Amino acid sequence: MAELSTGEVYRILLGSRIRSQLAYRTSFWLNVATSVGIGLVEFIEIYAIFSNVAVFGGLNLRQSALVFALGNMGFALADTIFGQLDTIPSYLRMGRLEVLLARPMPLLLQLVTSEVQLRRLGRLAVGVVILIIVLPGLDLSYTAGTAYLLAVTPFVGAAIYGAFFAMAGGLQFFLIDGPEFTSAFVYGGAYAGQLPGSVLITPIRILFTFVFPATVTAYLPSLLIMGLPGPRFLPAWLGWFAPVFAVWAWLLAWLAWRAGIRKFTGAGG
Amino acid sequence: MTTEPVVEFEDLRRSFTVRKKVGRLRRQTKVVHAVDGISASIQPGEAVGYIGANGAGKSTTIKMLTGILVPSSGRVRTCGYDPVPQRRRLAREIGVVFGQRSQLWWDLPLRDSFRILGAIHRLPTEEVTVRTEQLIDHLGLADLLDTPVRQLSLGERMRGEVAAALVHRPRLLVLDEPTIGLDMISKERLRHFLIAERAECGTTLLLTTHDMGDIERLCDRVLVIDRGRLVFDGTLSSMAERVALQRVLVVDLPEPSPDLQVSAAAHIGSDLDGQRQRLAFSPKETTAARVLAEVTAVTEVVDLTLEEPAIEDIVRTLYGVG
Repeated sequence: MAELSTGEVYRILLGSRIRSQLAYRTSFWLNVATSVGIGLVEFIEIYAIFSNVAVFGGLNLRQSALVFALGNMGFALADTIFGQLDTIPSYLRMGRLEVLLARPMPLLLQLVTSEVQLRRLGRLAVGVVILIIVLPGLDLSYTAGTAYLLAVTPFVGAAIYGAFFAMAGGLQFFLIDGPEFTSAFVYGGAYAGQLPGSVLITPIRILFTFVFPATVTAYLPSLLIMGLPGPRFLPAWLGWFAPVFAVWAWLLAWLAWRAGIRKFTGAGG
Repeated sequence: MTTEPVVEFEDLRRSFTVRKKVGRLRRQTKVVHAVDGISASIQPGEAVGYIGANGAGKSTTIKMLTGILVPSSGRVRTCGYDPVPQRRRLAREIGVVFGQRSQLWWDLPLRDSFRILGAIHRLPTEEVTVRTEQLIDHLGLADLLDTPVRQLSLGERMRGEVAAALVHRPRLLVLDEPTIGLDMISKERLRHFLIAERAECGTTLLLTTHDMGDIERLCDRVLVIDRGRLVFDGTLSSMAERVALQRVLVVDLPEPSPDLQVSAAAHIGSDLDGQRQRLAFSPKETTAARVLAEVTAVTEVVDLTLEEPAIEDIVRTLYGVG
Protein backbone atom coordinates (compact mmCIF):
# COMPACT_ATOMS: atom_id res chain seq x y z
CA MET A 1 0.00 0.00 0.00
CA ALA A 2 1.20 3.48 -0.81
CA GLU A 3 2.29 5.93 1.81
CA LEU A 4 0.00 8.80 2.64
CA SER A 5 0.82 11.99 0.80
CA THR A 6 1.77 15.05 2.83
CA GLY A 7 -1.55 16.65 1.93
CA GLU A 8 -3.54 13.72 3.29
CA VAL A 9 -1.47 13.69 6.50
CA TYR A 10 -2.32 17.32 7.23
CA ARG A 11 -5.95 16.86 6.22
CA ILE A 12 -6.30 14.10 8.84
CA LEU A 13 -4.42 16.07 11.51
CA LEU A 14 -6.27 19.32 10.99
CA GLY A 15 -9.61 17.60 10.50
CA SER A 16 -9.39 16.03 13.94
CA ARG A 17 -8.48 19.33 15.58
CA ILE A 18 -11.29 21.19 13.89
CA ARG A 19 -13.84 18.53 14.78
CA SER A 20 -12.82 18.62 18.42
CA GLN A 21 -13.23 22.40 18.54
CA LEU A 22 -16.64 22.31 16.98
CA ALA A 23 -17.77 19.60 19.39
CA TYR A 24 -18.63 22.23 21.98
CA ARG A 25 -20.59 24.77 19.97
CA THR A 26 -21.46 27.25 22.68
CA SER A 27 -17.96 27.48 23.99
CA PHE A 28 -16.64 27.76 20.45
CA TRP A 29 -18.87 30.73 19.59
CA LEU A 30 -18.11 32.41 22.92
CA ASN A 31 -14.44 32.14 22.06
CA VAL A 32 -15.06 33.56 18.61
CA ALA A 33 -16.91 36.48 20.21
CA THR A 34 -13.97 37.12 22.55
CA SER A 35 -11.61 37.06 19.61
CA VAL A 36 -13.79 39.58 17.75
CA GLY A 37 -13.77 41.69 20.92
CA ILE A 38 -9.97 41.75 21.01
CA GLY A 39 -9.84 42.90 17.39
CA LEU A 40 -12.39 45.64 18.09
CA VAL A 41 -10.60 46.92 21.18
CA GLU A 42 -7.41 47.22 19.17
CA PHE A 43 -9.20 49.22 16.53
CA ILE A 44 -10.78 51.48 19.14
CA GLU A 45 -7.24 52.38 20.20
CA ILE A 46 -6.56 53.72 16.73
CA TYR A 47 -9.93 55.41 16.66
CA ALA A 48 -9.24 57.08 19.99
CA ILE A 49 -6.04 58.60 18.65
CA PHE A 50 -7.98 60.22 15.84
CA SER A 51 -10.50 61.78 18.17
CA ASN A 52 -7.58 63.96 19.32
CA VAL A 53 -5.59 64.44 16.10
CA ALA A 54 -6.62 64.64 12.49
CA VAL A 55 -3.46 63.16 11.06
CA PHE A 56 -1.36 60.41 12.62
CA GLY A 57 2.02 59.58 11.11
CA GLY A 58 0.99 61.30 7.92
CA LEU A 59 -2.22 59.31 7.57
CA ASN A 60 -5.82 60.21 8.31
CA LEU A 61 -8.25 57.89 10.09
CA ARG A 62 -9.43 56.13 6.95
CA GLN A 63 -5.87 55.56 5.76
CA SER A 64 -4.73 54.33 9.16
CA ALA A 65 -7.71 52.02 9.24
CA LEU A 66 -6.51 50.44 6.00
CA VAL A 67 -3.09 49.78 7.58
CA PHE A 68 -4.78 48.40 10.66
CA ALA A 69 -7.13 46.16 8.69
CA LEU A 70 -4.42 44.62 6.53
CA GLY A 71 -2.04 44.16 9.47
CA ASN A 72 -4.77 42.70 11.61
CA MET A 73 -5.83 40.22 8.95
CA GLY A 74 -2.27 39.01 8.52
CA PHE A 75 -1.79 38.69 12.25
CA ALA A 76 -5.12 36.92 12.80
CA LEU A 77 -4.20 34.32 10.17
CA ALA A 78 -0.74 33.82 11.69
CA ASP A 79 -2.22 33.60 15.17
CA THR A 80 -4.70 30.95 14.03
CA ILE A 81 -1.99 28.81 12.50
CA PHE A 82 1.12 29.50 14.59
CA GLY A 83 -0.36 30.87 17.82
CA GLN A 84 0.12 27.45 19.39
CA LEU A 85 3.88 27.96 19.46
CA ASP A 86 3.57 30.06 22.60
CA THR A 87 2.76 26.88 24.54
CA ILE A 88 6.30 25.54 24.14
CA PRO A 89 7.22 26.44 27.75
CA SER A 90 4.44 24.23 29.07
CA TYR A 91 5.56 21.39 26.78
CA LEU A 92 9.08 21.84 28.14
CA ARG A 93 7.93 21.91 31.74
CA MET A 94 5.78 18.82 31.42
CA GLY A 95 8.42 16.92 29.48
CA ARG A 96 6.04 16.42 26.56
CA LEU A 97 8.51 17.55 23.93
CA GLU A 98 10.32 14.19 24.14
CA VAL A 99 7.14 12.49 23.03
CA LEU A 100 6.84 14.76 20.01
CA LEU A 101 10.50 14.32 19.12
CA ALA A 102 10.07 10.56 19.00
CA ARG A 103 7.68 10.94 16.06
CA PRO A 104 8.58 11.11 12.37
CA MET A 105 7.26 14.61 11.75
CA PRO A 106 9.05 17.95 12.17
CA LEU A 107 8.45 19.34 15.64
CA LEU A 108 7.31 22.73 14.35
CA LEU A 109 4.60 21.13 12.23
CA GLN A 110 3.47 18.90 15.08
CA LEU A 111 3.11 21.88 17.39
CA VAL A 112 1.34 23.93 14.75
CA THR A 113 -1.14 21.19 13.95
CA SER A 114 -1.63 20.26 17.59
CA GLU A 115 -4.10 23.08 17.95
CA VAL A 116 -5.33 25.23 15.11
CA GLN A 117 -7.46 27.79 16.86
CA LEU A 118 -10.33 28.54 14.56
CA ARG A 119 -11.78 30.94 17.09
CA ARG A 120 -8.90 33.27 16.42
CA LEU A 121 -10.42 33.82 13.01
CA GLY A 122 -12.93 36.05 14.80
CA ARG A 123 -10.24 38.64 14.72
CA LEU A 124 -9.77 38.15 11.01
CA ALA A 125 -13.44 39.00 10.56
CA VAL A 126 -12.85 42.37 12.27
CA GLY A 127 -10.06 43.14 9.80
CA VAL A 128 -12.19 42.11 6.82
CA VAL A 129 -15.16 44.24 7.94
CA ILE A 130 -13.00 47.32 8.52
CA LEU A 131 -11.39 46.83 5.13
CA ILE A 132 -14.78 46.64 3.43
CA ILE A 133 -15.92 49.80 5.23
CA VAL A 134 -12.88 51.96 4.51
CA LEU A 135 -12.01 50.90 0.97
CA PRO A 136 -14.77 52.79 -0.92
CA GLY A 137 -13.94 56.07 0.84
CA LEU A 138 -10.24 55.91 0.00
CA ASP A 139 -10.77 56.87 -3.61
CA LEU A 140 -8.27 54.40 -4.94
CA SER A 141 -7.36 53.93 -8.55
CA TYR A 142 -7.83 50.22 -8.97
CA THR A 143 -4.97 48.92 -11.04
CA ALA A 144 -3.66 45.38 -11.30
CA GLY A 145 -1.02 46.45 -8.78
CA THR A 146 -3.46 47.57 -6.09
CA ALA A 147 -5.64 44.49 -6.62
CA TYR A 148 -2.55 42.30 -6.24
CA LEU A 149 -1.44 44.09 -3.08
CA LEU A 150 -4.90 43.92 -1.50
CA ALA A 151 -5.17 40.21 -2.22
CA VAL A 152 -1.66 39.17 -1.28
CA THR A 153 -0.77 41.43 1.66
CA PRO A 154 -2.77 39.56 4.35
CA PHE A 155 -1.09 36.29 3.38
CA VAL A 156 2.42 37.69 3.18
CA GLY A 157 1.71 39.44 6.48
CA ALA A 158 0.60 36.11 7.95
CA ALA A 159 3.86 34.55 6.77
CA ILE A 160 5.90 37.30 8.42
CA TYR A 161 3.99 37.17 11.72
CA GLY A 162 4.18 33.37 11.59
CA ALA A 163 7.95 33.70 11.38
CA PHE A 164 7.81 35.92 14.50
CA PHE A 165 5.98 33.16 16.35
CA ALA A 166 8.57 30.60 15.23
CA MET A 167 11.48 32.90 16.18
CA ALA A 168 10.03 33.44 19.62
CA GLY A 169 9.36 29.70 19.83
CA GLY A 170 13.01 28.90 19.14
CA LEU A 171 14.12 31.37 21.78
CA GLN A 172 11.88 29.74 24.39
CA PHE A 173 14.38 26.92 24.65
CA PHE A 174 16.91 29.36 26.03
CA LEU A 175 14.63 31.18 28.42
CA ILE A 176 13.07 30.19 31.65
CA ASP A 177 9.55 31.54 31.84
CA GLY A 178 9.55 32.50 28.21
CA PRO A 179 5.85 33.29 27.66
CA GLU A 180 6.30 36.93 28.63
CA PHE A 181 9.08 37.20 26.13
CA THR A 182 7.01 35.68 23.35
CA SER A 183 4.20 38.07 24.16
CA ALA A 184 6.48 41.09 24.12
CA PHE A 185 8.14 40.01 20.91
CA VAL A 186 5.21 38.73 18.90
CA TYR A 187 2.50 41.11 20.08
CA GLY A 188 4.95 44.00 20.11
CA GLY A 189 5.78 43.18 16.51
CA ALA A 190 2.11 42.92 15.63
CA TYR A 191 1.39 46.25 17.29
CA ALA A 192 4.20 47.93 15.36
CA GLY A 193 2.87 46.36 12.17
CA GLN A 194 -0.64 47.72 12.56
CA LEU A 195 0.43 51.32 13.11
CA PRO A 196 1.59 53.74 10.46
CA GLY A 197 5.32 52.95 10.39
CA SER A 198 6.13 56.63 10.26
CA VAL A 199 5.17 57.12 13.92
CA LEU A 200 7.97 54.82 15.05
CA ILE A 201 11.23 56.59 15.90
CA THR A 202 13.95 55.95 13.36
CA PRO A 203 15.92 53.12 15.04
CA ILE A 204 12.71 51.24 15.88
CA ARG A 205 11.44 51.86 12.36
CA ILE A 206 14.61 50.34 10.92
CA LEU A 207 14.54 47.45 13.39
CA PHE A 208 10.92 46.61 12.56
CA THR A 209 11.56 46.82 8.83
CA PHE A 210 14.96 45.46 8.04
CA VAL A 211 15.41 43.00 10.91
CA PHE A 212 11.89 42.06 11.98
CA PRO A 213 9.87 43.22 8.97
CA ALA A 214 6.65 44.24 10.75
CA THR A 215 6.07 47.44 8.77
CA VAL A 216 6.15 45.35 5.59
CA THR A 217 3.06 43.40 6.68
CA ALA A 218 0.66 46.33 6.20
CA TYR A 219 2.08 49.84 6.29
CA LEU A 220 4.32 49.72 3.20
CA PRO A 221 1.83 47.86 0.98
CA SER A 222 -0.86 50.30 2.15
CA LEU A 223 1.29 53.24 1.07
CA LEU A 224 1.63 51.64 -2.36
CA ILE A 225 -2.11 51.00 -2.54
CA MET A 226 -2.85 54.63 -1.67
CA GLY A 227 -0.01 55.97 -3.83
CA LEU A 228 1.72 57.74 -0.93
CA PRO A 229 5.47 58.15 -0.43
CA GLY A 230 7.13 56.58 2.60
CA PRO A 231 8.94 58.32 5.45
CA ARG A 232 12.71 58.45 5.87
CA PHE A 233 14.46 55.06 5.44
CA LEU A 234 11.13 53.54 4.49
CA PRO A 235 10.45 54.18 0.78
CA ALA A 236 7.02 52.89 -0.23
CA TRP A 237 8.42 50.78 -3.09
CA LEU A 238 9.85 48.41 -0.46
CA GLY A 239 6.27 47.20 -0.17
CA TRP A 240 6.62 45.38 -3.48
CA PHE A 241 9.31 43.26 -1.88
CA ALA A 242 7.15 42.02 0.98
CA PRO A 243 7.55 38.36 -0.09
CA VAL A 244 11.33 38.80 0.05
CA PHE A 245 11.02 40.15 3.58
CA ALA A 246 8.89 37.12 4.43
CA VAL A 247 11.63 34.81 3.20
CA TRP A 248 14.14 36.77 5.28
CA ALA A 249 11.93 36.50 8.38
CA TRP A 250 11.62 32.76 7.92
CA LEU A 251 15.36 32.45 7.52
CA LEU A 252 15.75 34.09 10.93
CA ALA A 253 12.98 31.91 12.31
CA TRP A 254 14.63 28.78 10.96
CA LEU A 255 17.94 29.72 12.57
CA ALA A 256 16.30 30.48 15.92
CA TRP A 257 14.24 27.30 15.80
CA ARG A 258 17.20 25.13 14.86
CA ALA A 259 19.29 26.67 17.64
CA GLY A 260 16.44 25.97 20.07
CA ILE A 261 16.19 22.31 19.09
CA ARG A 262 19.94 21.93 19.21
CA LYS A 263 19.93 23.40 22.70
CA PHE A 264 17.23 20.96 23.75
CA THR A 265 18.95 17.88 22.32
CA GLY A 266 22.22 18.99 23.88
CA ALA A 267 23.91 19.39 20.51
CA GLY A 268 25.17 22.85 21.39
CA GLY A 269 23.58 26.19 20.43
CA MET B 1 17.27 -10.39 7.30
CA THR B 2 20.24 -8.48 8.60
CA THR B 3 21.82 -9.59 11.81
CA GLU B 4 22.83 -6.06 12.66
CA PRO B 5 22.08 -5.23 16.30
CA VAL B 6 18.94 -3.19 16.91
CA VAL B 7 20.71 -1.13 19.54
CA GLU B 8 24.43 -0.67 19.89
CA PHE B 9 26.28 1.41 22.50
CA GLU B 10 30.02 1.88 22.42
CA ASP B 11 31.56 3.61 25.41
CA LEU B 12 28.52 5.85 25.48
CA ARG B 13 28.78 8.88 27.73
CA ARG B 14 26.66 11.87 28.57
CA SER B 15 27.50 14.51 31.09
CA PHE B 16 25.60 17.61 32.12
CA THR B 17 26.95 20.82 33.52
CA VAL B 18 25.02 21.89 36.55
CA ARG B 19 25.42 25.47 37.72
CA LYS B 20 24.93 26.19 41.34
CA LYS B 21 24.81 29.58 42.97
CA VAL B 22 27.41 29.93 45.69
CA GLY B 23 27.14 33.07 47.75
CA ARG B 24 25.86 36.21 46.12
CA LEU B 25 27.64 36.38 42.81
CA ARG B 26 29.83 33.36 42.46
CA ARG B 27 28.58 30.39 40.59
CA GLN B 28 29.99 26.96 40.85
CA THR B 29 29.77 24.59 37.93
CA LYS B 30 29.73 20.90 38.47
CA VAL B 31 29.85 18.23 35.78
CA VAL B 32 27.51 15.33 36.37
CA HIS B 33 28.21 12.12 34.46
CA ALA B 34 24.72 10.75 33.91
CA VAL B 35 25.93 8.00 31.60
CA ASP B 36 29.56 7.14 32.08
CA GLY B 37 30.87 4.71 29.50
CA ILE B 38 28.26 2.10 28.56
CA SER B 39 28.93 -0.58 25.96
CA ALA B 40 26.29 -3.12 25.04
CA SER B 41 24.32 -4.32 22.07
CA ILE B 42 20.81 -5.66 21.68
CA GLN B 43 20.02 -8.17 18.95
CA PRO B 44 16.78 -8.32 16.97
CA GLY B 45 14.04 -10.09 18.90
CA GLU B 46 15.66 -9.76 22.31
CA ALA B 47 13.69 -8.57 25.32
CA VAL B 48 15.93 -6.55 27.59
CA GLY B 49 15.17 -5.15 30.99
CA TYR B 50 17.08 -2.02 31.85
CA ILE B 51 17.07 -1.41 35.56
CA GLY B 52 18.71 0.87 38.06
CA ALA B 53 17.84 3.25 40.88
CA ASN B 54 16.31 6.67 40.21
CA GLY B 55 18.92 8.92 38.65
CA ALA B 56 21.15 6.01 37.64
CA GLY B 57 21.10 7.09 34.00
CA LYS B 58 18.27 5.04 32.49
CA SER B 59 16.28 7.90 31.03
CA THR B 60 19.41 9.59 29.71
CA THR B 61 20.34 6.40 27.87
CA ILE B 62 16.86 6.11 26.42
CA LYS B 63 16.90 9.71 25.25
CA MET B 64 20.20 9.06 23.49
CA LEU B 65 19.06 5.94 21.72
CA THR B 66 15.80 7.55 20.57
CA GLY B 67 17.56 10.62 19.18
CA ILE B 68 16.34 13.15 21.73
CA LEU B 69 19.75 13.74 23.30
CA VAL B 70 23.22 13.90 21.75
CA PRO B 71 25.88 11.77 23.48
CA SER B 72 28.84 13.66 24.96
CA SER B 73 31.11 10.97 23.55
CA GLY B 74 31.00 7.38 22.42
CA ARG B 75 28.68 5.93 19.85
CA VAL B 76 25.07 4.85 19.73
CA ARG B 77 23.25 3.27 16.81
CA THR B 78 19.60 2.34 16.84
CA CYS B 79 18.07 0.26 14.03
CA GLY B 80 21.15 1.11 12.00
CA TYR B 81 20.66 4.87 12.36
CA ASP B 82 22.63 7.58 14.05
CA PRO B 83 19.77 8.65 16.34
CA VAL B 84 19.99 12.45 16.58
CA PRO B 85 20.84 13.37 12.97
CA GLN B 86 18.48 10.71 11.63
CA ARG B 87 15.84 11.14 14.29
CA ARG B 88 12.77 11.28 12.10
CA ARG B 89 13.77 8.29 9.99
CA LEU B 90 14.52 6.36 13.18
CA ALA B 91 11.13 7.36 14.62
CA ARG B 92 9.42 5.24 11.99
CA GLU B 93 11.27 2.14 13.22
CA ILE B 94 10.75 2.56 16.94
CA GLY B 95 7.83 2.91 19.30
CA VAL B 96 8.38 4.71 22.58
CA VAL B 97 6.24 4.99 25.69
CA PHE B 98 7.54 7.49 28.21
CA GLY B 99 5.66 6.23 31.26
CA GLN B 100 4.15 9.36 32.71
CA ARG B 101 4.08 11.43 29.54
CA SER B 102 1.11 10.73 27.41
CA GLN B 103 1.37 10.64 23.66
CA LEU B 104 -2.39 10.47 23.25
CA TRP B 105 -4.59 13.46 22.49
CA TRP B 106 -6.14 14.35 25.80
CA ASP B 107 -9.43 15.70 24.52
CA LEU B 108 -10.01 13.22 21.71
CA PRO B 109 -11.38 9.68 21.81
CA LEU B 110 -8.73 6.97 21.78
CA ARG B 111 -9.81 6.01 18.25
CA ASP B 112 -8.77 9.44 16.93
CA SER B 113 -5.35 9.23 18.57
CA PHE B 114 -4.65 6.03 16.64
CA ARG B 115 -5.85 7.62 13.41
CA ILE B 116 -3.67 10.71 13.93
CA LEU B 117 -0.60 8.65 14.82
CA GLY B 118 -1.16 6.53 11.73
CA ALA B 119 -1.22 9.73 9.69
CA ILE B 120 1.94 11.06 11.34
CA HIS B 121 3.63 7.81 10.34
CA ARG B 122 2.12 8.20 6.86
CA LEU B 123 0.46 4.81 7.00
CA PRO B 124 -2.31 4.19 4.50
CA THR B 125 -5.71 4.56 6.14
CA GLU B 126 -6.73 0.92 5.50
CA GLU B 127 -3.53 -0.31 7.10
CA VAL B 128 -4.15 1.82 10.19
CA THR B 129 -7.67 0.46 10.44
CA VAL B 130 -6.51 -3.16 10.24
CA ARG B 131 -3.69 -2.64 12.72
CA THR B 132 -5.85 -0.65 15.12
CA GLU B 133 -8.53 -3.37 15.10
CA GLN B 134 -5.85 -5.92 15.93
CA LEU B 135 -4.41 -3.89 18.82
CA ILE B 136 -7.85 -3.05 20.18
CA ASP B 137 -8.76 -6.69 20.12
CA HIS B 138 -5.59 -7.86 21.85
CA LEU B 139 -5.59 -5.13 24.47
CA GLY B 140 -9.30 -5.24 25.23
CA LEU B 141 -9.81 -1.62 24.29
CA ALA B 142 -12.98 -2.02 22.25
CA ASP B 143 -15.29 -0.46 24.85
CA LEU B 144 -12.99 2.49 25.42
CA LEU B 145 -12.51 3.62 21.86
CA ASP B 146 -15.02 6.45 21.93
CA THR B 147 -14.05 7.72 25.37
CA PRO B 148 -11.93 10.87 25.46
CA VAL B 149 -8.51 9.96 26.78
CA ARG B 150 -8.82 12.26 29.79
CA GLN B 151 -11.66 10.08 31.11
CA LEU B 152 -9.68 6.82 31.01
CA SER B 153 -8.24 5.24 34.13
CA LEU B 154 -4.46 4.99 34.39
CA GLY B 155 -4.49 1.28 33.48
CA GLU B 156 -6.76 1.89 30.49
CA ARG B 157 -4.69 4.82 29.33
CA MET B 158 -1.48 2.84 29.63
CA ARG B 159 -2.88 0.12 27.39
CA GLY B 160 -3.82 2.87 24.98
CA GLU B 161 -0.29 4.28 25.14
CA VAL B 162 1.29 0.93 24.34
CA ALA B 163 -1.14 0.37 21.47
CA ALA B 164 -0.31 3.87 20.19
CA ALA B 165 3.39 3.06 20.20
CA LEU B 166 2.72 -0.06 18.13
CA VAL B 167 0.42 1.34 15.45
CA HIS B 168 3.28 1.59 12.96
CA ARG B 169 4.66 -1.89 13.77
CA PRO B 170 8.05 -0.70 15.05
CA ARG B 171 11.07 -3.00 15.10
CA LEU B 172 12.01 -1.76 18.55
CA LEU B 173 9.61 -0.98 21.37
CA VAL B 174 11.02 1.14 24.18
CA LEU B 175 8.93 1.24 27.34
CA ASP B 176 9.97 3.59 30.11
CA GLU B 177 8.25 2.50 33.33
CA PRO B 178 5.12 1.14 31.65
CA THR B 179 3.58 -0.41 34.75
CA ILE B 180 4.26 2.33 37.28
CA GLY B 181 1.15 3.04 39.33
CA LEU B 182 -0.87 0.20 37.80
CA ASP B 183 -2.81 -2.31 39.87
CA MET B 184 -1.94 -6.01 39.64
CA ILE B 185 -4.65 -6.83 37.11
CA SER B 186 -3.72 -3.99 34.78
CA LYS B 187 -0.07 -4.95 35.04
CA GLU B 188 -0.79 -8.57 34.18
CA ARG B 189 -2.98 -7.58 31.28
CA LEU B 190 -0.28 -5.42 29.80
CA ARG B 191 2.37 -8.10 30.30
CA HIS B 192 0.17 -10.73 28.65
CA PHE B 193 -0.31 -8.49 25.68
CA LEU B 194 3.40 -7.73 25.33
CA ILE B 195 4.29 -11.42 25.43
CA ALA B 196 1.72 -12.23 22.74
CA GLU B 197 2.68 -9.26 20.60
CA ARG B 198 6.34 -10.19 20.70
CA ALA B 199 5.60 -13.81 19.89
CA GLU B 200 3.64 -12.68 16.86
CA CYS B 201 5.73 -9.79 15.52
CA GLY B 202 9.17 -10.51 16.97
CA THR B 203 9.44 -6.92 18.19
CA THR B 204 12.61 -6.16 20.09
CA LEU B 205 11.82 -4.83 23.55
CA LEU B 206 13.75 -2.53 25.81
CA LEU B 207 12.07 -1.89 29.11
CA THR B 208 12.97 0.20 32.11
CA THR B 209 11.12 -0.57 35.27
CA HIS B 210 11.14 -0.61 39.02
CA ASP B 211 9.05 -3.73 39.06
CA MET B 212 10.96 -7.02 39.08
CA GLY B 213 7.71 -8.70 38.06
CA ASP B 214 7.95 -6.96 34.66
CA ILE B 215 11.48 -8.21 34.21
CA GLU B 216 10.69 -11.77 35.22
CA ARG B 217 7.64 -12.01 33.02
CA LEU B 218 8.91 -10.17 29.97
CA CYS B 219 12.68 -10.11 29.70
CA ASP B 220 15.30 -12.71 28.97
CA ARG B 221 18.19 -10.37 29.54
CA VAL B 222 18.89 -7.73 32.14
CA LEU B 223 21.13 -4.67 32.07
CA VAL B 224 21.73 -3.05 35.42
CA ILE B 225 22.98 0.52 35.55
CA ASP B 226 24.33 2.26 38.61
CA ARG B 227 25.64 5.81 38.66
CA GLY B 228 26.02 5.82 34.90
CA ARG B 229 27.91 2.55 34.65
CA LEU B 230 26.76 -0.88 33.61
CA VAL B 231 27.19 -3.17 36.61
CA PHE B 232 25.48 -6.22 35.16
CA ASP B 233 24.66 -7.54 31.70
CA GLY B 234 23.39 -11.07 31.49
CA THR B 235 20.43 -13.37 31.55
CA LEU B 236 17.83 -13.17 34.25
CA SER B 237 18.81 -16.61 35.54
CA SER B 238 22.47 -15.68 35.84
CA MET B 239 21.40 -12.60 37.78
CA ALA B 240 19.23 -14.76 40.02
CA GLU B 241 22.33 -16.80 40.83
CA ARG B 242 24.01 -13.71 42.18
CA VAL B 243 21.05 -12.00 43.76
CA ALA B 244 18.23 -13.56 45.69
CA LEU B 245 15.11 -12.52 43.77
CA GLN B 246 12.85 -13.48 46.61
CA ARG B 247 9.30 -12.36 47.14
CA VAL B 248 8.01 -11.57 50.59
CA LEU B 249 4.43 -12.44 51.49
CA VAL B 250 3.22 -10.32 54.39
CA VAL B 251 0.17 -11.74 56.17
CA ASP B 252 -1.93 -10.08 58.86
CA LEU B 253 -3.52 -12.54 61.28
CA PRO B 254 -6.59 -11.95 63.49
CA GLU B 255 -4.57 -12.19 66.72
CA PRO B 256 -0.96 -12.46 67.95
CA SER B 257 0.41 -15.84 66.88
CA PRO B 258 3.63 -17.82 67.10
CA ASP B 259 5.94 -17.79 64.06
CA LEU B 260 4.40 -19.60 61.13
CA GLN B 261 6.17 -22.71 59.84
CA VAL B 262 5.62 -23.13 56.13
CA SER B 263 7.48 -25.67 53.99
CA ALA B 264 7.75 -23.56 50.84
CA ALA B 265 8.83 -20.30 52.47
CA ALA B 266 11.10 -19.01 55.18
CA HIS B 267 9.76 -17.00 58.10
CA ILE B 268 11.81 -13.83 58.16
CA GLY B 269 10.10 -11.73 60.77
CA SER B 270 7.10 -10.94 62.92
CA ASP B 271 5.59 -7.66 64.07
CA LEU B 272 2.92 -6.83 66.66
CA ASP B 273 3.59 -10.02 68.62
CA GLY B 274 3.15 -12.13 65.55
CA GLN B 275 -0.02 -10.51 64.30
CA ARG B 276 1.88 -9.55 61.15
CA GLN B 277 4.33 -12.06 59.75
CA ARG B 278 6.74 -11.97 56.83
CA LEU B 279 7.45 -15.04 54.70
CA ALA B 280 10.12 -15.08 52.00
CA PHE B 281 9.93 -17.48 49.07
CA SER B 282 11.59 -17.96 45.73
CA PRO B 283 9.13 -17.63 42.84
CA LYS B 284 11.11 -20.24 40.93
CA GLU B 285 10.30 -22.90 43.51
CA THR B 286 6.77 -22.06 44.51
CA THR B 287 4.01 -19.50 44.09
CA ALA B 288 2.44 -16.97 46.41
CA ALA B 289 -0.81 -18.91 46.19
CA ARG B 290 0.79 -22.10 47.49
CA VAL B 291 2.46 -20.29 50.37
CA LEU B 292 -0.84 -18.63 51.21
CA ALA B 293 -2.70 -21.96 51.03
CA GLU B 294 -0.30 -23.41 53.55
CA VAL B 295 -0.81 -20.44 55.87
CA THR B 296 -4.60 -20.52 55.61
CA ALA B 297 -4.53 -24.22 56.43
CA VAL B 298 -3.31 -23.32 59.94
CA THR B 299 -4.76 -19.89 60.56
CA GLU B 300 -7.11 -17.27 59.22
CA VAL B 301 -5.57 -14.41 57.16
CA VAL B 302 -7.09 -10.95 57.57
CA ASP B 303 -5.02 -9.14 55.00
CA LEU B 304 -1.99 -9.72 52.86
CA THR B 305 0.53 -7.93 50.67
CA LEU B 306 3.21 -9.20 48.35
CA GLU B 307 6.55 -7.43 48.27
CA GLU B 308 8.70 -7.55 45.16
CA PRO B 309 12.48 -7.45 45.50
CA ALA B 310 13.55 -3.80 45.40
CA ILE B 311 15.73 -2.80 42.46
CA GLU B 312 17.87 -0.75 44.84
CA ASP B 313 18.67 -3.87 46.87
CA ILE B 314 19.53 -5.83 43.75
CA VAL B 315 21.86 -3.09 42.54
CA ARG B 316 23.52 -2.89 45.94
CA THR B 317 24.10 -6.64 46.00
CA LEU B 318 25.46 -6.69 42.45
CA TYR B 319 27.71 -3.77 43.19
CA GLY B 320 28.98 -5.40 46.36
CA VAL B 321 29.66 -8.66 44.56
CA GLY B 322 30.89 -7.36 41.22
